[in-house]
Amino acid sequence: MTAPLTIRIQEADFDIAHEIALLSKGRTDIGAVVSFSGICRGREGGDDIAALTLEHYPGMAEAEIRRRAEEAMARWPLQGLTIIHRFGRIEPGQNIVLVVTASTHRQAAFEAAEFLMDYLKTSAPFWKREESAKGTAWVEARAHDDAAAARWTKS
Amino acid sequence: MRVKYFAWVRERVGKSEETVEPPSSVRTVEDLIGWLAGRGEGYAYAFETPRVIRAAIDHAHVKPEATISGAREIAFFPPMTGG
Repeated sequence: MTAPLTIRIQEADFDIAHEIALLSKGRTDIGAVVSFSGICRGREGGDDIAALTLEHYPGMAEAEIRRRAEEAMARWPLQGLTIIHRFGRIEPGQNIVLVVTASTHRQAAFEAAEFLMDYLKTSAPFWKREESAKGTAWVEARAHDDAAAARWTKS
Repeated sequence: MRVKYFAWVRERVGKSEETVEPPSSVRTVEDLIGWLAGRGEGYAYAFETPRVIRAAIDHAHVKPEATISGAREIAFFPPMTGG
């Protein structure tokens, strides 16, 4: 059976416990569920952040995440995968992104979740704009995020 | 073909999308960036550092040397900062 794959790009918040339950409910073949949630920080580089606004490329965001999800499912024996990425205005403490991986054993679930997050950061078409007392500014891409994604292409 | 702009590329160009008909000498993504940069002040500002601009053709990432022949939609944007 093909593992269930859920990808959602949405403005609304999500419930982490509910998403985990949906993935593992009624299954006895899953031995490990890993969830990663990315949350909006209230401080960045010494400045208080009022909010982040995420812009995205509708259509491509879903397509690119699906390509990476299928790559993860080909690479690790996953029994379920859920990826949710929000867009719009998000305040400190609120959820931005969720990756939930399910597998028989923990290693595949951990590795696949990390792989997916590394690629969501560098190849999913989303852009963050930060609001602070200084005004608003586009968040700059970080070199260490590119390096984190690149390590998955080494053999 | 339809061209879309996102984040600060969109702000600098001053629009989120448009339809363009570049001359046949414009064959690659790199060529198109150069051609767009010549369309006005906002475009020149958006594309002033071509190496930082990312591009996608029909919803898939492409390199600057990719051909634009047959493309329906080409998007230009800064490095991504999602996740």
